[in-house]
Amino acid sequence: MSGIITSKNIDPSLIHLQKNNTKSYWQIVWGRLMKNKGAMAGSFILIFFIGAALLAPVLAPFPIDEMKMENRFLPPSLDHLLGTDEFGRDILSRIMHGGRISLMMGLVAVSIAGITGVVLGVISGYYRRIDIYIMQMMDILLAFPSLLLAIAIIAVLGVGLTNAMIAVAISVIPSYVRVVRGAVLSIREKEYIEAVQALGVSDFKIIVKHIFPNVLSPVIVLSTLQFGTSILAAAALSFLGLGAQPPTPEWGAMAYVGKSFLLQAWWMSLFPGLAIMLVVLGFNLLGDGLRDALDPRLK
Amino acid sequence: MSGYIVKRLFTTLLTLLGVSIIVFLMVHLIPGDPVTYILGEFATEEAVNKLKSELGLDKNLLIQYFVFLLGVIQGDLGTSYITGLSVIEEIINRIPVTFQLAVFSLIIGSIVGILLGIIAAVKQNTIFDQLAMLISLVGISAPGFWIALFLIYLFSYLIPIFPISGYDGIYSLILPSITLGLGTSGNIARMTRSSMLEVIKQDYMRTAEAKGVNVFQLIFGHALQNALIPVITLIGIQFGNLLAGAVVTETVFALPGIGSLAIDAIATRDMPTVQGLVLFMAFMFIVVNLIVDIFYSVIDPRIKYE
Repeated sequence: MSGIITSKNIDPSLIHLQKNNTKSYWQIVWGRLMKNKGAMAGSFILIFFIGAALLAPVLAPFPIDEMKMENRFLPPSLDHLLGTDEFGRDILSRIMHGGRISLMMGLVAVSIAGITGVVLGVISGYYRRIDIYIMQMMDILLAFPSLLLAIAIIAVLGVGLTNAMIAVAISVIPSYVRVVRGAVLSIREKEYIEAVQALGVSDFKIIVKHIFPNVLSPVIVLSTLQFGTSILAAAALSFLGLGAQPPTPEWGAMAYVGKSFLLQAWWMSLFPGLAIMLVVLGFNLLGDGLRDALDPRLK
Repeated sequence: MSGYIVKRLFTTLLTLLGVSIIVFLMVHLIPGDPVTYILGEFATEEAVNKLKSELGLDKNLLIQYFVFLLGVIQGDLGTSYITGLSVIEEIINRIPVTFQLAVFSLIIGSIVGILLGIIAAVKQNTIFDQLAMLISLVGISAPGFWIALFLIYLFSYLIPIFPISGYDGIYSLILPSITLGLGTSGNIARMTRSSMLEVIKQDYMRTAEAKGVNVFQLIFGHALQNALIPVITLIGIQFGNLLAGAVVTETVFALPGIGSLAIDAIATRDMPTVQGLVLFMAFMFIVVNLIVDIFYSVIDPRIKYE
């Protein structure tokens, strides 16, 4: 009897161990993420840029459209940290305000693509009869290089900020469908799914309660990485004159205007481009970190 | 293996057919009538009907599609509204620049990417590994136009050794190729690293090391040879991407390739050219991916049994 562990004779050090073992899955993931230097660096970059964009109306040193012709093409200085443009507008203030548009473009594109892709991916993986049609459609979309697909969609929808977001979203959908479908396919073969099916639980309930939580991890990782990719694609479209149009301070559009003045005012195009690179780097670092934290085997 | 190739060819054919339907519908979904666009708003009804009949727009959509498909199979991608030239001729005129650009970028991207990947794998979990991976991540994260503008400012203005823009032989492709190559190298470096790490752990590597094979030969002779298989697949896919991804680089450097032709065509709403180019680029992308897949099934016999 003495060998039996009861609540009375348990070693106090084991209680501590037990507490550690009862950490939830997400607590463990959070712990791993906090230890990942890259993910932390990425998070700091993102917090910095998102904060600057959100607080732009308060923090920006100059009004977004304040034109002073006597201040045209001023190089970076203490008055204008990132210089001024062809109308004497402060580049730093425009980059801060522009962050709202560039980040919003990424958010909208990823949201549209994520919701559509997850729904299609779950249907494709769960209902095998429809699978072949959805996947054939996705294969056709994947047959276009993504930027080309976005450009082709713009050719149909017309030039503009909203259409650029839709174009980027459509070009991203296939990657979501593939990832989600793959995850659903492996889960639906599990015994516990068979068990709830045998109990007569509705497909909708099975998908929402049992399948969706299991595809969440790959979707989070993909969304973080796609956020960066979408910002990059949207900026490229604006730079080509197909997305946001000047004088909108979207970063790609700012670089597009700055291109014409590159030799006399390099800061006009290089700083907005640097902002894009840093934000995309932030999302990529965080995405890589999340992938390692959610599935350490992939490291 | 022949079964795999036949199956792969069949799915490719289906995809090509789907792509042709999407590209065809793309032009017919556009608001506005192409006849009004060509003749202007004040054209007589007679002229409008005549042109509609000439362009085959008076027939139903299905017949129009089959006429379009038949043309495509015969190499006819339509005629530009703006220049009146055949789209395939314009593509043939401009493809050499894009092709050269894609090849040079791929060479630069592969050399830089594979070297970074090797350094990162051999020096795993050291500062060299972290630095190599950070460089490749920066390459992936930097917008192509930003790298292009940066290089132009540095090497065409501050140190004027390369032309700012335009095409005047291979020399003018150096900066554009570096621009595209750096973007490509990031993905290649990451793939090389993970592939090398897998190979390094294999038993035959330990045996070779125990037999006293020198480090250089161990890495380049034994490990890299096997680690490169998935990397080559990625390089192939990147080539297809580069043919289309050259759009931004060609625009910044004002190169007369098919990418800049696409942007010009969108600006002038020259839909036959846009349609022909999108179809052509998608076709190239699909064919390159097919070749890569078949090549992969030849060099990796395990594919046979799938």
